[in-house]
Amino acid sequence: MRSRGALAACAFAAGLLAAPMMVSPAGAQESPMPREKWSFENLFGSFDLAAAQRGFQIYSNVCSNCHSMEYLHYRDLSGIGLNAEQIKAVAAAVTVPSGVDDQGNPKEGPATPASQFKSPFANPQAARAANNGALPPDLSLIVNAREGGPNYVYGILTGFVPAPAGFKMQSGMYYNKMFPGHQIGMPQPLQDGTVEYVDGTPNTLPQEAHDVVTFLSWAANPDLVERKQIGVRVILFLVFMTGLTYAVKRKVWSDVDH
Amino acid sequence: MAGMTKSEFANPVINWIDTRLPIFTMMQKEYGVFPTPKNFNYFWNFGALAVVCLAIMIVTGIFLAMDYQPNSELAFGSIQHIMRDVNYGWLIRYAHQTGASMFFIVTYVHIFRGMYYGSYKNPRELLWMLGVVLLLLMMATAFMGYVLPWGQMSYWGATVITNLFSAFPVVGPKIVTLLWGGFSVDNPTLNRFFALHYLLPFVLVGVIFLHVAALHVTGSNNPLGIEVKSPQDTLPFHPYYTIKDSVGVCVFLIVYAALVFFAPNYLGDVNNFIPANPLQTPADIVPEWYFLPYYAILRSVPDKLLGVCMMFGSLLVLFVLPWLDTSRVRSAKFRPIYRQLIFVWVAAVVILGVCGAHKPEGIWVVLSRICTIYYYLHFLVILPILGKLERPLPLPESISQPVLGRRGGGPLPGGAPAKPMGTA
Repeated sequence: MRSRGALAACAFAAGLLAAPMMVSPAGAQESPMPREKWSFENLFGSFDLAAAQRGFQIYSNVCSNCHSMEYLHYRDLSGIGLNAEQIKAVAAAVTVPSGVDDQGNPKEGPATPASQFKSPFANPQAARAANNGALPPDLSLIVNAREGGPNYVYGILTGFVPAPAGFKMQSGMYYNKMFPGHQIGMPQPLQDGTVEYVDGTPNTLPQEAHDVVTFLSWAANPDLVERKQIGVRVILFLVFMTGLTYAVKRKVWSDVDH
Repeated sequence: MAGMTKSEFANPVINWIDTRLPIFTMMQKEYGVFPTPKNFNYFWNFGALAVVCLAIMIVTGIFLAMDYQPNSELAFGSIQHIMRDVNYGWLIRYAHQTGASMFFIVTYVHIFRGMYYGSYKNPRELLWMLGVVLLLLMMATAFMGYVLPWGQMSYWGATVITNLFSAFPVVGPKIVTLLWGGFSVDNPTLNRFFALHYLLPFVLVGVIFLHVAALHVTGSNNPLGIEVKSPQDTLPFHPYYTIKDSVGVCVFLIVYAALVFFAPNYLGDVNNFIPANPLQTPADIVPEWYFLPYYAILRSVPDKLLGVCMMFGSLLVLFVLPWLDTSRVRSAKFRPIYRQLIFVWVAAVVILGVCGAHKPEGIWVVLSRICTIYYYLHFLVILPILGKLERPLPLPESISQPVLGRRGGGPLPGGAPAKPMGTA
């Protein structure tokens, strides 16, 4: 009798938990979601740091021409395995506004590890003006901000194909099989050989897309590795505590008729 | 001396305090030796679990407020600052965000337990009504909390929900302006929602105090739904129920930790990772999962005012539940028909939740209308009539009687066979 009630409660909770999953993704998507293998999936997964560093190279060389990552600082790059010297060098290569001089005129100087990632445009209006009216979204959280996460972003990057015959394209738009409505303002950013990897990894489009998505996934969830590591320990401790508490409960209740 | 307590505590410091302010005597009376029915099952853990949830929410919330900026220009970025730069900010933030969902899961099970075992019936009507007040306060707090990150779903959820009040004639638009602090959801809205989101949990604490005070006057209901007859039926709250609640808290924390550490955004919406943009409406505006059934009721009615009334009504009807249910038997264990129908009602609520997650078109409209009608039918027609028609099974003499019966190996008295129902 008790177990039936508990079962019903579980089913009730499970139904409620499942409900958000049934929300259909925004817009029509005829193209199936790619199912890539990611290093950071699963209970014990962590970021493939070499891939994330290659992805940062792609972001710096390609994406950052249009896309900001305003919630990241150069110091954060220690999270993908860069050391203090490397981070200093990366930051120093970028020129950012650095307050005002003695005359009150704005001045510029090299970035420091404490600086925010430099945005390519001063404001959204400037970004639109330079991109045919389209606003390139900030990439700090892009992996979390799209249904399908890393697979969706990978799908966009590898989804540029010729438009099917008879498909009406607006001027200045590009066909992408993954994008809702298929017309995207971004021209194909990555192709085979777009970047030359320093570590000699083959620079095919799927490899490049995979690497940059690994980097973006880290950027959106820099806490992921530490979170899972702590999580495993917390849950093991709680399972132990549950066992212990249950044993004490049995002992306390052993003299009661119930 | 007149009015002073004669304290029984041996420790001289405690004794000195207790003589002047008998809080230790009170705690001993209400949580130490408090006579509690001996036959609770684990459903009776969920009240304690709800208090644990509230405590976690208040503690994590206070730390979040130290770094959060309630300003429409800064709010979204300040959350990212908490997630990335504050020491263990991600842990505090995810614990708070997931804690809201856990609080609702626990509270919904707690409410279901009250309905299944008839805990709302005489003499516990006021206790139940205070519980409904707690639910409403929780919902208001959760709604305003969801607005604070100032993402797309925060902004548009706030716009849709506050606009509901405009449906009321004459005063409607004025109420909406008052809620917004202007003529659209904007910085003043965020400011006042933050202030109220910080205030309401403490109101919640106050009402919980009344809820528990009322509980300690009537004493707890129990799975048999019969009154305590003799001291043989009860156990002191400590250590029997402190340890049993501890087991529940541990299991609860496992589920909670699994969500926080391994799927913190599972129950969230991807659109809330995009900063609020008043010029761009998301394709689908969906509330958090715990509001979906009410959202489905709202959208199942073609008329706006009627829909709003039906939605609020679905909660307000709970206030009069003790008088709508005319059966004098509390526990569903002894109500063969109610025991089935309560699960039909639960199914209707779950289906409403699923409907609320879908666009209101096609089958989802039909389903949500059927379930909305059934939701009301259950309270307004079935319960009043069922109490008169249903023939309850014979009740046991006392709480300890069926216990002794089972121990002796004889058949369960009171006709409570463990017939599986859910499997059919």
